[in-house]
Amino acid sequence: MTTRIDSRFATLKAEGRPALVTYVMGGDPDFDTSLEILKALPDAGADVIELGMPFSDPMADGPAIQMAGRRALKQGQSLARTLELARRFRESDDETPIVLMGYYNPIYIYGVTRFLADAKSAGIDGLLVVDLPPEMDEELCLPALEAGVNFIRLATPTTDDKRLPAVLKNTSGFVYYVSMTGITGSAISDTSKVNEAVKRIKSHTDLPVCVGFGVQSAAQAQAIGQSADGVVVGTAIVRAMAASLDAEDSPTAGTVTAVRALVSELAGGVRAARLASVDEDAI
Amino acid sequence: MNQPSTPNSFRTGPDEQGMFGIFGGRFVAETLMPLILELEEEWTRAKTDGSFKAELEALNTHYTGRPSPLYFAERLSAHLGGAKIYFKRDELNHTGSHKINNCIGQILLAKRMGKTRIIAETGAGQHGVATATVAARFGFPCEVYMGATDVERQAPNVFRMKLLGAKVNPVSAGNGTLKDAMNEALRDWVTNVDDTYYLIGTAAGPHPYPEMVRDFQSVIGRETREQLMAAEGRLPDMVVAAVGGGSNAIGLFHPFLDDASVKIVGVEAGGRGLEGEEHCASLTSGTPGVLHGNRTYLLQDDDGQIKEGHSISAGLDYPGIGPEHSWLKETGRVDYVPIRDDEALEAFQLLTRLEGIIPALEPAHALAEVIKRAPQMSGDEIIVMNLCGRGDKDIFTVSKILGMES
Repeated sequence: MTTRIDSRFATLKAEGRPALVTYVMGGDPDFDTSLEILKALPDAGADVIELGMPFSDPMADGPAIQMAGRRALKQGQSLARTLELARRFRESDDETPIVLMGYYNPIYIYGVTRFLADAKSAGIDGLLVVDLPPEMDEELCLPALEAGVNFIRLATPTTDDKRLPAVLKNTSGFVYYVSMTGITGSAISDTSKVNEAVKRIKSHTDLPVCVGFGVQSAAQAQAIGQSADGVVVGTAIVRAMAASLDAEDSPTAGTVTAVRALVSELAGGVRAARLASVDEDAI
Repeated sequence: MNQPSTPNSFRTGPDEQGMFGIFGGRFVAETLMPLILELEEEWTRAKTDGSFKAELEALNTHYTGRPSPLYFAERLSAHLGGAKIYFKRDELNHTGSHKINNCIGQILLAKRMGKTRIIAETGAGQHGVATATVAARFGFPCEVYMGATDVERQAPNVFRMKLLGAKVNPVSAGNGTLKDAMNEALRDWVTNVDDTYYLIGTAAGPHPYPEMVRDFQSVIGRETREQLMAAEGRLPDMVVAAVGGGSNAIGLFHPFLDDASVKIVGVEAGGRGLEGEEHCASLTSGTPGVLHGNRTYLLQDDDGQIKEGHSISAGLDYPGIGPEHSWLKETGRVDYVPIRDDEALEAFQLLTRLEGIIPALEPAHALAEVIKRAPQMSGDEIIVMNLCGRGDKDIFTVSKILGMES
């Protein structure tokens, strides 16, 4: 089975550049603006979209994404509405992969079987559920693979070589390497360490390896893109969006533009990544 | 639920995956998983290590002051005119509640694991104080996360933690209560996983915490059995305890689970009544879901978003419950009932005046249920209630409500 994720990474591999994976919270700051932002992402240079499912208690997220989730929930966002966002996006884009990212409880309450059927028909390609480690694979990972939906797993600096095979076993689509022990939005410290870790993971798997948590600038995206197959940016985009809102957290004329501008800049970074590495090799 | 309605024993859980039936488990981020597995290994080794057991028992005896007395509440029993009421006096422990039982056990584990920094969440502040106490005793730096609302309503405990050298971090997200404190403690842990030990205060969270905390707290029930045997020559007819996360309750209940003659009652925070949303009765009116590392009964909406809940008692103000309680509810072994804020307040005052004991608002909930049940029982029946904390921390909250301030 080939998903949009597999096809997209194959294409980028042929082009010789890493993917720009962009995270936005579904329904933030409201449903309509969120849909507009989603539609603007591919044009601005996003290769894969991570669509956040808001949750009341996001234990692995920093303040920026916590606030994004709260704004979305306040505007009536729900898991059903997030699936509806994807469905509406698919009306005009049938190629850009969408990965749903969030926490397990809303999916558990929606019902795993019903969720997988609805996600699939809404055009969802992969799932990334923070609080489902391989030890809990029977909950959602195995049913998702059965349903033809990729299950993307997080590998972290604490995932050592002994544990890595267990983490990779049922992973599909790509591996998401979390650049640090921490919550989303912390500052990345040492990109060379990240590159070593990516090499370590690549020695265990043929899947694409994307790196996220703490990537904030085009320069960082470029540096990480030298070894990684994809660079994930979330908090920086959410922050840029939030900065454009008015005092009541309502969107302004600059909201979609702010996201588009940052994503274009980041896209420039990942597109320069391999050129830069070729140059370095030449020197 | 795929489990026999009456298992052979109620005391064998959890299984290797940390499950009690469908409840429990390890729903945590990958960053924490290796550490949780390491903790489980260390805990398994410690359980069979004579020197660990000896050190734990010596500290329980000489530092905490165990065994805590089992006290026959003669005046209260006569006043209610029914069953004989005994209190397990865990409020007389060092630091004023049952929380120290668990903290001593876990700090010994943290030491064995070579961790150098302790973090904890706290609601009423009793667990925060107990954690700050053992951190001082063993020379660890300590940070405690506490909801901003709780910082305000449990001010005496905030001061105690600071005196003990702990840093108290108020958490203003949500309603500023225990749930929010736990989220923030988990965020700290995932950031500082290399050197930090998360000393969870209740029998909840990812496996092995629910089992481990239960085992450290089961000293309550074991002592109660022995003490009541000595006093009355038999087992109680009923044991009663308050449940917030459920650690004092599981500590009292667990040694009695396989004694079919002992009726077991857990008392939840009914807040301002179950008809609205201002309560924390997750077992009585919640549904199973996944939060804070385990599957258990939760107060949540139909989108799986967790509700805030309310209780007059900061220690019961949590929209979840330890997973073993969820399982004990489903199997029918334990009865869980709600008690409202006003009923707890009345019980608080009655005990203070009849027995000269100021209880914490948490066990005042258990007491309110005892007040309902005792008169319906005969004079030769026995109830044991866990008086799990003392009320010094609550006197300002209570005097404000009763208008006794000046």
